[in-house]
Amino acid sequence: MIIKDVVCPFCGCLCDDLDVEVEGQKVIKVQNGCALAEAKFTGSGRLPAPIRRTPTGWDDVSYDDAIRETAEILVAADRPLLYGWSSTHGDAQSMGVHIAELIGGVIDNTSTVCHGPSILAIQEVGHPGCTLGQVKNRADVIVYWGCNPTEAHPRHMSRYTTFATGFFVPEAQKDRTVIVVDTRRTESAEIADEFIRIERGGDYEVLSALRAIVRGKGNVVPKMVAGVSREQLFRVAEICKKAKFGAIFFGLGLTMSAGKYKNVRNAIELTDELNRHTKFTISPLRGHGNVYGSNEVFTWITGYPYAVDFSRGIAFYNPGETTAVDILRRGECDAALIVASDPGAHFPHAAAAHLAKIPTVLIDPHMTATTPLCRIQIPCTIAGIDAEGTAYRMDGVPIRYRKVITSSYPDDADILKKIHDRIREVQGS
Amino acid sequence: MTELLVKNACVIDPLNGILLETMDIPVRDGKIVSSVSSAADVIDARGCLTLPGGIDSHSHVCGTKVNFGRYMSPEDMRAGRTARRGKMHVTSGYYVPTTFGNSYRYSTMGYTTVLEGAMAPLEARHTHEEFTATPHQDMLANTLFDGNWAIMESVRERDFKKTAAIVAWTLAAVKGYSIKLTNPGGTEAWGWGDDLSSIHDPVPNFNVTPAEIIAAMIEANELLGLPHSVHLHCNNLGKPGNYRTTLETFDLVPDKNNARQTLYATHVQFHAYGGTTWRDINSKAEEITRSVNAKPQIVMDMGQIMFGRTMTMTADGPMEFNLYCLHHNKWSNHDVELETGSGIIPVLYSKKSLVNCVMWAIGLELALLTKDPYQCLLATDNPNGAPFVKYPEIIGLLMSRRYRDEEFATLHEGTGQRTAIASIDREMDWNEIAVMTRAGQAKALGMAAQGKGHLGEGAEADIAIYPIRCHAVDPATEYRKVVEGFQKTMFTIKRGRVVARDGEVIVEGANSTFWVNPSVPEDLSVRNDPEFVRKFREYYTVRMDNYPVQDVYLPRGKCIRTEGAL
Repeated sequence: MIIKDVVCPFCGCLCDDLDVEVEGQKVIKVQNGCALAEAKFTGSGRLPAPIRRTPTGWDDVSYDDAIRETAEILVAADRPLLYGWSSTHGDAQSMGVHIAELIGGVIDNTSTVCHGPSILAIQEVGHPGCTLGQVKNRADVIVYWGCNPTEAHPRHMSRYTTFATGFFVPEAQKDRTVIVVDTRRTESAEIADEFIRIERGGDYEVLSALRAIVRGKGNVVPKMVAGVSREQLFRVAEICKKAKFGAIFFGLGLTMSAGKYKNVRNAIELTDELNRHTKFTISPLRGHGNVYGSNEVFTWITGYPYAVDFSRGIAFYNPGETTAVDILRRGECDAALIVASDPGAHFPHAAAAHLAKIPTVLIDPHMTATTPLCRIQIPCTIAGIDAEGTAYRMDGVPIRYRKVITSSYPDDADILKKIHDRIREVQGS
Repeated sequence: MTELLVKNACVIDPLNGILLETMDIPVRDGKIVSSVSSAADVIDARGCLTLPGGIDSHSHVCGTKVNFGRYMSPEDMRAGRTARRGKMHVTSGYYVPTTFGNSYRYSTMGYTTVLEGAMAPLEARHTHEEFTATPHQDMLANTLFDGNWAIMESVRERDFKKTAAIVAWTLAAVKGYSIKLTNPGGTEAWGWGDDLSSIHDPVPNFNVTPAEIIAAMIEANELLGLPHSVHLHCNNLGKPGNYRTTLETFDLVPDKNNARQTLYATHVQFHAYGGTTWRDINSKAEEITRSVNAKPQIVMDMGQIMFGRTMTMTADGPMEFNLYCLHHNKWSNHDVELETGSGIIPVLYSKKSLVNCVMWAIGLELALLTKDPYQCLLATDNPNGAPFVKYPEIIGLLMSRRYRDEEFATLHEGTGQRTAIASIDREMDWNEIAVMTRAGQAKALGMAAQGKGHLGEGAEADIAIYPIRCHAVDPATEYRKVVEGFQKTMFTIKRGRVVARDGEVIVEGANSTFWVNPSVPEDLSVRNDPEFVRKFREYYTVRMDNYPVQDVYLPRGKCIRTEGAL
């Protein structure tokens, strides 16, 4: 059976035009998707049943026992951390927030090690953005800054930007000028009309120089700025000002290099400045399929997109203090629930090592680099493969994941609901 | 079966002609009935003011831009926060509170139904998710069509039936309630960083004008027999001299519906400015109300501003950019492909600003100079003019000349020369306030037929009991009692269940979302129009099959099926 218009849950592009061929309860073929999509749909390594660590290895354990023990761990903790959330759907995220609220815990999502700095910048200066279709239909200038979509978001260019045909850009690439800014010549740089190679850590300076030129203060720009020539900066500023519609996309090269959120702030303010000449937008390239959904869900329930601390009863937010890595690194956290993410693979060593010291429960379909750190793992459905639910694309467009196969695994939202209800029972008694 | 009897209620129910009558209200299974058994639960209203549940006919509380307002504003989240208590979740925020924050505050003020002012169809799923998390109000969604490519093309072809068919398909797909036009045509121009300056300017590349879009959408609205009229945010919002655009727009509107208005003009305060620049801005409320008083086909809401900090958020992207250039505050913008735009910027309305004082006066003048309160409803375009928690103060200002004079004395000294507010004697009565906060909204939204906004037999038992003894209070002098009384109900009853008591929400909510599914003959349905389907496939970034909002997003959805004249 071929299921059409399937949504790929892998990255923030949420391509929704996949044809997925299913035989029995197995995906055998994925069409239209990128290599990452195919791997996601046809991947293996799923944990068959809940497991609990023993002194020498692992025991199988029932779902009921695993859920009961998880609830007990969370209730007994003084400073529980609930982390992850980006590879599941909105119902699970929402249930996670309600558990955190119930136990006075800290809840954080993967933005914390990803586009958290972008959020801080947005909280200072706002965000002039748009949906991806605006770019597809209008943009004649595309800027990729500190990102490599060819490898990280393989269909971004073909669906939404460079290679996509749009209403006002019928000739796609011919009608568009592509500018790539990076510290190294990536695969994405190969297709650029203009590649700006900057010295490591030079993003802030280059952005400042461009802002100065766009503002008509180009006389202050020296001959070279972080390895970029004055001539090239003037040329690029002119391309941007002359654009009918320009779109900047940026990645971790900007958010996680020296300067962090100040880099993003500078890029946003360059965009603001360009809007005084023409139309310009800027958007973060979000990684996990539904990481933006975790920001959205956290925000409408708590008021904050990530790093929310309920220990005072109210929702409290102070990134750097209430962020997962910081709470772990300070050794403050005494129990953790990890859902739909892999901090074992992505966190700094000290933070990951602390997870191994405390009772950590992982709710995730797969054995991952976090599995060896945890005390219990509860396998669940994969949102977008054997579970449906809401996901928010990197531009905020909400899409409903489809369920293409049926499995015997419980949905993580249901597991979390049971943990929530069990916590209430324990607290009530 | 559950039964409830509200005893000794001092009732105002304008739609049923009841004015300050002390009576009992029997309720069975969420509806008002003629009598209940002796086993019914009893609430003693002790002679206090009892009204149908409040209805907000234009408020921004749920969806993409509202949530972005929260996302970008930790400073506001800190400005209002409550811990989990009883059945109440944690809340954060003052002018853009979290969904539960909005819901609890509305509920404790006696509001039981809210229309979200602007939902972009492509992002409708988000709005509905937040509706579910706003559990104490029945919700309705104004659906944005101002820059809709397919609509503009059908208007250019003067094919009203097609326009209607596109509206019908979209409303049904996104579970919307009504047609919203925000700066029609201007939001498409903003796709290129431009705006339109008159309702006769052509939209770039589409060769239609705002006037043509408005006229065609009015035709389509009535062809489909929608419960609400076209809901319009006029062009040129917030620009000195814009009252001319507003009057010109009102002159376009025929009288096409006997049951309600043909055009709902929202937040008209922002559209009633004289002068040519911010230096000589003045009130044109008299001109605007003269037009409205002569046109029963138009209903407006005040769009009152109140002093203090708040957040402006609208689909009117170019307006927000102008505001950014003025204030240099943080600015967000979010254009939505093929449909509309949006922008967000925080503002501070200050008594030291003459412009802000003129704005404050204009909103009140609009209400006080409109003869029929059914034609000027109380709203702040929450949170644009002020957060809705300011409504009780606005009620006080409308009921008391003394309160207005006292406030006026604290304003910028130039206010009197630019406005007429100081010379208006009118003091509104209890009945007029009831009209401006529930009966008028129910009528304008076409929700009276759904049992909203009145307390007659068969109505939904949405009831607000305020700690106000109308016979013992003189609003003209004791306006503080009025303001305080409207801030917190003694009881808010939703579908026959007490949901809030003395400022505390005491149960989990179970709201409904009302949406409209207009019937369209199969041969007119755009789903069968290959050109519509082709353009959708080529230009949207979401597949047509993934676009409609699934039923699962409306756990208690109420579909209104309309039979129009298509």
